[in-house]
Amino acid sequence: MSSEPASMTLDKSTPIAGLRAAGVDMAARAARDAFVDRLFRGIFATAGWFVLITLIAAAVSMLWGGREAFGSFGWKFLISPDWDAVNHKFGALVPIYGTLVTALIAMLIAVPVSFGIALFLTEVAPNWLRGPIASAIELLAGIPSIIYGMWGLFVFVPFMSVHVVPWLNAHLGKLPLLGALFTGPPLGIGMLTAGIVLAIMVIPFISAVMRDVFLTVPTRLKESAYALGSTTWEVAWDVVLPYTRSAVIGGVFLGLGRALGETMAVTFVLGNAHQLTASLLMPGNSIAATLANEFTEADSDIYRSALIALGFLLFVVTFAVLAVAKLMLRQMAKREGT
Amino acid sequence: MSAVADASERLYRLRRVKNGIALALAVVATVFGLFWLVWILWTALSNGLSAINGALFTQMTPAPGESGGLLNAFFGSLVMSAMAIAIGAPIGVAAGTYLAEYARKNALGETIRFVNDILLSAPSIVLGLFVYTIVVGPLGHFSGFAGALALALIVIPVVVRTTDEMLQLVPSAMREAALSLGIPQWKMTLQVLYRAALSGIVTGVLLALARISGETAPLLFTALNNQYWSADLSQPLASVPVVIFQYAMSPYDSWHALAWAGAFIVTLFVLLLSLTSRTVLLRKRVAND
Repeated sequence: MSSEPASMTLDKSTPIAGLRAAGVDMAARAARDAFVDRLFRGIFATAGWFVLITLIAAAVSMLWGGREAFGSFGWKFLISPDWDAVNHKFGALVPIYGTLVTALIAMLIAVPVSFGIALFLTEVAPNWLRGPIASAIELLAGIPSIIYGMWGLFVFVPFMSVHVVPWLNAHLGKLPLLGALFTGPPLGIGMLTAGIVLAIMVIPFISAVMRDVFLTVPTRLKESAYALGSTTWEVAWDVVLPYTRSAVIGGVFLGLGRALGETMAVTFVLGNAHQLTASLLMPGNSIAATLANEFTEADSDIYRSALIALGFLLFVVTFAVLAVAKLMLRQMAKREGT
Repeated sequence: MSAVADASERLYRLRRVKNGIALALAVVATVFGLFWLVWILWTALSNGLSAINGALFTQMTPAPGESGGLLNAFFGSLVMSAMAIAIGAPIGVAAGTYLAEYARKNALGETIRFVNDILLSAPSIVLGLFVYTIVVGPLGHFSGFAGALALALIVIPVVVRTTDEMLQLVPSAMREAALSLGIPQWKMTLQVLYRAALSGIVTGVLLALARISGETAPLLFTALNNQYWSADLSQPLASVPVVIFQYAMSPYDSWHALAWAGAFIVTLFVLLLSLTSRTVLLRKRVAND
């Protein structure tokens, strides 16, 4: 473009010639454009790299911040239940346990419910109802987590302690083995409450993914099954679900990633107690809640370092879970050819 | 013959019953989901509405037992959100442009997209911790700047994602038409692509604003909190979500009322913002399908 032939005959009827006659230097202009092009490309690429570097920097900085804790406690940090700020003994077992248990409870509730919602929105509901209900469920995802926390603390915790916990104690508390999970004082706060609140928070994420991928199942495939006499449930379970399996798993992991890292809602209802109990009705702690509650009160370097190390663990775990989610979803998208 | 017919009839009935139960459970699941939405929104509405009064917007956050408002918290939230958008939106748009226009299919682009999607759902408390270790720790004090930076890290992935998506929706014919006129790529990007994708990109920014308006966790160790009026961004700064957190966890009824009022306003703001932006995005996607 920049090599405008100098020998071209001047013809006032073409625009380029007109420009030239007006004294515009085409070569200089092309060179400037090329320079600005490179400049913009550089700016855009820098911003792209910035995203990549942010993630790496976050991991490295937390590993660095937690080096003191990792260094002095070693592997014991992961398996020790001690959390003693006075004697500077820190172990991450209680928060790790709380994080995993609450997320597990959330998944046990949220996955079947999300599947039901997705099924309802794609196969059962009349067309005019699908849009409004899908938007309403998505609204749940828009509510800030601190609102869930307040609602949990002031409304749901009293409800649990008055209605649910006594019932669980009376009916499930006496079961062999499982009974220990459901025995405890009617505090209302605790792992079960936190798990339920988390479930409500991740339902919109999981159900939205499920609904979206259920909609990608070719109509021809479903109609073939219907033509063979399948019921709606059989189509959903035997045709739609196998076809979308990887994306459904991806959606579940996406929800799991959210549940593991959710902070405010859990902080309100979990009780901030560094104790290891089998009962789901007892207060506990999670990694995110420990950070939210204690970080600004950490009064020694090793304390702060232990908390940053906890943050690093949370980051690594959620990264792994979300990476699995993305890979599973991508596998589905690839097959779709989109 | 009739035995076979009977067995087939029984099997048929069994399958019908199973189908009926499954579909009924699907309805129950949907009602279950909506039930929480209604309950939570009703709680925020009924508790928040009764706590709203004029003092909320004219007075500072009070000491325990005294009356007051949330003026300094609203101001802090406003300033930090505006700064977060001012920092995050340009970076996000630029990175999104890079993904859509320069690295749509190559390995680097795919990697960045992958990492961006992970940042999009990464726990926000971890981003707060990250900003603490690189800004607050070395400087030695909490500040409004650090809070804005933590929020900007949440803004960026949202804006990158929508910009990337919206630019990819712009038909290639538009790029080709512009380039064939001899327009350089940067001018084509600024004047053709951004104009075509403007509403989508702006919506992405609004979605990011909705996301950060209610964020509490990343502000806890960055902006901290401030009971008094402060416009100094190098000092700890109050914000509505953090004040809600502090007041809700306290034993004082007057603080609880203020927390509910703040919660109601934040919820209303966030829901309106995300609802409108979602509708715009959805319409844009459908229109381009």
